[in-house]
Amino acid sequence: MTRQERIAALKAAAKERVLILDGSWGVMIQRRELDEADYRGERFAALPGQLKGNNDILCLTRPDIISGLHDAYYAAGADISETNTFSATSIGQGEYATQAAVWDINFEGAKLARASADAWTAKEPDKPRFVAGSLGPLPVMLSMSSDVNDPGARKVTFDQVYQAYAEQVRALHEGGVDLFLIETITDTLNCKAAIKAILDLEEQGYEPLPIWISGTITDRSGRTLSGQTVEAFWYSVRHAKPFAIGLNCALGADLMEPYIAELSRIADTLVSAYPNAGLPNAMGQYDETPDETGHMLHDWAERGIVNILGGCCGTTPEHIRHVADAVRELKPRVPAERAVAMRLAGLEPFELA
Amino acid sequence: MRPVFVNVGERTNVTGSAKFRKLIEDGDYLAALSVARQQVESGAQIIDVNMDAGLLDSKAAMVTYLNLIAAEPDIARVPVMIDSSKWEVIEAGLRCVQGKAIVNSISMKEGEAKFIEQAKACQRYGAAVVVMAFDEVGQADTAKRKIEICTRAYRLLVDQVGFPAEDIIFDPNIFAVATGIDEHNNYAVDFIEATAAIKATLPHARVSGGVSNVSFSFRGNEPVRRAIHSVFLYHAIAAGMDMGIVNAGELPVYDDIPEELREAVEDVIQNRPQRDAVLTNTERLVELAPQYKGGKSEAKGPDLTWREGTVGARITHALVHGVTDFIEADAEEARAQAARPLHVIEGPLMDGMNVVGDLFGSGKMFLPQVVKSARVMKQAVAYLLPFMEAEKEGKPRQAAGKILMATVKGDVHDIGKNIVGVVLQCNNYEVIDLGVMVPADRILDEAKAHNVDMVGLSGLITPSLDEMAYVAGEMERRGFSIPLLIGGATTSKTHTAVKIEPKYKGGQTTYVLDASRAVGVVSGLLSPTERDRLQAETKAEYVKVREAFARGQDKRARSTLDEARDNAFTPDWTTYDPPKPTFTGTKTFEAYDLADLARHIDWSPFFASWELIGRYPQILDDDVVGEAAKDLFKDAQVMLQRIIGEQWFEARGVVGFWPANSDGDDIVLYTDETRTTELARLHTLRQQMAKNTKQADGGRANVALADFIAPVGTRPDWVGGFAVTAGHGEAEIAKAFKDAGDDYSAIMAAALADRLAEAFAEALHRRVRTEFWGYAPDEPWNVDAMIAEQYRGIRPAPGYPAQPDHTEKGVLFELLDAEAATGLVLTESYAMYPTAAVSGLYFSHPESHYFGVGRIEHDQVADYARRKGWDVATAERWLGPILNYEAG
Repeated sequence: MTRQERIAALKAAAKERVLILDGSWGVMIQRRELDEADYRGERFAALPGQLKGNNDILCLTRPDIISGLHDAYYAAGADISETNTFSATSIGQGEYATQAAVWDINFEGAKLARASADAWTAKEPDKPRFVAGSLGPLPVMLSMSSDVNDPGARKVTFDQVYQAYAEQVRALHEGGVDLFLIETITDTLNCKAAIKAILDLEEQGYEPLPIWISGTITDRSGRTLSGQTVEAFWYSVRHAKPFAIGLNCALGADLMEPYIAELSRIADTLVSAYPNAGLPNAMGQYDETPDETGHMLHDWAERGIVNILGGCCGTTPEHIRHVADAVRELKPRVPAERAVAMRLAGLEPFELA
Repeated sequence: MRPVFVNVGERTNVTGSAKFRKLIEDGDYLAALSVARQQVESGAQIIDVNMDAGLLDSKAAMVTYLNLIAAEPDIARVPVMIDSSKWEVIEAGLRCVQGKAIVNSISMKEGEAKFIEQAKACQRYGAAVVVMAFDEVGQADTAKRKIEICTRAYRLLVDQVGFPAEDIIFDPNIFAVATGIDEHNNYAVDFIEATAAIKATLPHARVSGGVSNVSFSFRGNEPVRRAIHSVFLYHAIAAGMDMGIVNAGELPVYDDIPEELREAVEDVIQNRPQRDAVLTNTERLVELAPQYKGGKSEAKGPDLTWREGTVGARITHALVHGVTDFIEADAEEARAQAARPLHVIEGPLMDGMNVVGDLFGSGKMFLPQVVKSARVMKQAVAYLLPFMEAEKEGKPRQAAGKILMATVKGDVHDIGKNIVGVVLQCNNYEVIDLGVMVPADRILDEAKAHNVDMVGLSGLITPSLDEMAYVAGEMERRGFSIPLLIGGATTSKTHTAVKIEPKYKGGQTTYVLDASRAVGVVSGLLSPTERDRLQAETKAEYVKVREAFARGQDKRARSTLDEARDNAFTPDWTTYDPPKPTFTGTKTFEAYDLADLARHIDWSPFFASWELIGRYPQILDDDVVGEAAKDLFKDAQVMLQRIIGEQWFEARGVVGFWPANSDGDDIVLYTDETRTTELARLHTLRQQMAKNTKQADGGRANVALADFIAPVGTRPDWVGGFAVTAGHGEAEIAKAFKDAGDDYSAIMAAALADRLAEAFAEALHRRVRTEFWGYAPDEPWNVDAMIAEQYRGIRPAPGYPAQPDHTEKGVLFELLDAEAATGLVLTESYAMYPTAAVSGLYFSHPESHYFGVGRIEHDQVADYARRKGWDVATAERWLGPILNYEAG
């Protein structure tokens, strides 16, 4: 299949059923108990500082592990798997002094996912598999002050964030992803820089790919870290004409529910949700069992408030298998139809009906 | 349908506000921020930010200002209109806003290519756009040109760029009328006609404009200008104008414009045929205008004659009346006259606050007014601060004293403490407020670190009394000698004298009844001349209080527990069949309708929380406090509407019912109607006051709550419970106000949250009676009867007189799973957080009533300890405030 054929197949599948995204990468990598040498490989053997913990670099140094995880999630029933590139921007990699490898991480990361997806599609042509290029948050925020004594201070400029994402999305595009997933968004302005970087690809001769946007509501306040309500967040990113809008991370399914229900009510596009496996316990581990996750997400699908389900922190292929099994027969949500109106946003929504 | 008109705030526009321009040119962004805040507070739904002034680096100013706004949640909640004639400034602005903004403006004046390029960029940044009716030829003046240009721009945007039509706002140019040039006479009509055509033919597009242009030729005659704006908008909005840059607060109501003036303006705006034989419409209006300059129209506004006084008199007026509108200008004027900015604070501002203090002290001003004065003071100081910091040799101002305040560990209530803090600050004391739930060691560490002159402790629930005594003991142990102040609803002079003062010998402990006494006590204790006399007086008084207390101890005759139980309240259970609730188990309420709760508010306690005593609504007409009460009530109503409309708070609650029977003084709850398995046990306390006449002989019973429930082995009965809060969100709102220097609104928000929580308890209790328990389905709805508790059944709360033991709240919370259901948590002292919360039990018996347990004897304490599984010392600690004896 060509990429445009795959995108058409993805959109067609979304009309038929609830699509399944993969689960956590962090917890699965953690279980391998890798040491510094695994992270370094030969390529970074001499690089000063610590690389352990830089999971994205494993796309280059332990591709076997990354391919294995894509396979594990596809085998569990995922339609879509994400590239292992959550922090693969020059700003994110700057913390490990591996900025120079950003292109390679994204390009190779996309190729690993592509190869795995294509192999599964060949094996099961009735259930094509897709690759989402992951763009994670940055350690710096454009809407938040970097200095308590100067609320106007910023560590980076919009242009720097834009350039960082622009490099990442070009490499992911060339590596063969089917769509972009901007996820775990803590600051909507950072996200808007990423959106612009993707939209601007058009003038650089890249074929347009769908954009999927997934924000993070940090707690029961119902706000993003940068202070927006769910509705304000949606109006702030809707210009991307996203393939899907959703939420992930920070909360387990039980606490995320009201915000997904809200998105479902207001979003005239697909709605996605991939919560954590509950809240972490005192040891920082997630206790929610696969059948508990499956049960809760099944409930959402049954109520018709979601189109794409998956897992974030603490979830495993077992969790994804339970979710996939639980919603297999269910109809996907029908996107909301809303009257045309000017909808603006500050931290809160504004509608001129 | 009523047309919706959006006001775009115009005060943060350097081209429209000379004051704002000066602030930006001076780099005084702090003051410039408060301009934006005021606009949002006064109802602007969008704020227009424009930095296009000749001498400014507009791009840098735009970036700085928008980044600062992003850090102010009370401003950043509304969308921004990024206003510039320079594209590079607009683009720099777009790179600073996380929300969806409006760009004001783009146009075709430099050709289609540039227009399309800029529109595309706006789309990729995610913004709506204002499109000016401006093309390569120039600005459109006639209706025909306006429609032509807007239509062409619309087609380019929608068809070629793919721009969402609903994100397009046209500005078809508002030009001045009545200029004396005939070609200008039709300008208002042109705009109105173009507006109607745009709305009719270009689907989803909006129309906006800068309204003040239209009256440009009447500069200097504000009443006439406002009348022109009002008439113009009357027609433009009817034609479909959606938004405008206008100061809506200054517009007269169309019908209120004197008819003669209104008709003359109508002739000009509508460009009607000349009706005078000689004078044109314009000439008629020009001739009429001077009569209205400062005339009748203006009389409708607030009386501004006080603005004619000296700057000092104006500052005093602003402080006394709580007017913030001019304080920055006045502070600026005073600063220009003063040698140093500090002198403004020490001079005119402190002079004004002294007047406030005198009026307050003599009962001519009341607490809410004083807190408003503080808001003005803070704003003035905030304005002056940057100047003082800029002054190299500037030294910090000398406060009259430094006072550390805290709500003690385990307690979360702080309205009263905040009020005291504000009052002290008004009187030039520096207040270090450690907040709530502050452990003793932190209070004392901070007191040392800041080298404070005094420590003030606050608390509302009874366990806080013990904690205060503990803090006093710690002060003694650590060798403190500074005065200790005690305040808060649960504290008393007796408790302070008996339990706290003796623990702290190193310094003076003083009970402060309310905020109005705080300044007197503090200034006395810090005054070198007064201090010794005051301390001696207090010491002597407390000795007397202790003696009286000791005497009272002996006089309070108590029955033994057995005697009291013999005289229990005993309804006839043979003839009475307790009603069965419609469900057992719990029912949860999320996001309960705040508007409904507002209907249930009992306002009298609200006034009491501001130290205005009296019953509502009579208090509004009270000779003494009526005016203060009215103002306070008005502000409360305004905020209440915002609380409801903007969903500031979330009200959550849970109600439960369980099969129950009494077992002695306990109430046993069962898992189900078989009544075989015990689910939980509520413990109640019995009055032990000695009765001369037994109940059997017509006297009063020694009541315990358990008496209202049918005893085991008689009939099936039920008990209910509830926990409600209206406080989710309150802390954040209060903090935002406080951070903005507006303690008045912060305290108001907290006080209203409390009222809503109480109202929630009332509303739910009513539904319990009429619906959930349903034993009084036909009870009429009447808020006064409700407040007067003229209904069947009670809802006593643990920690209150009928059951003074706060720990029973723990049992109740477990039964209700209240933390999960409502988000309420209990502190170690069993205070509920968020603080705007109520919990309690429900009893349905027709003769159930509220009572106070009063003091209890050692026999009941020992019995209670056994029932609770405590040792006696633990029971004595929790029941400390009601012991009728001195615990070992």
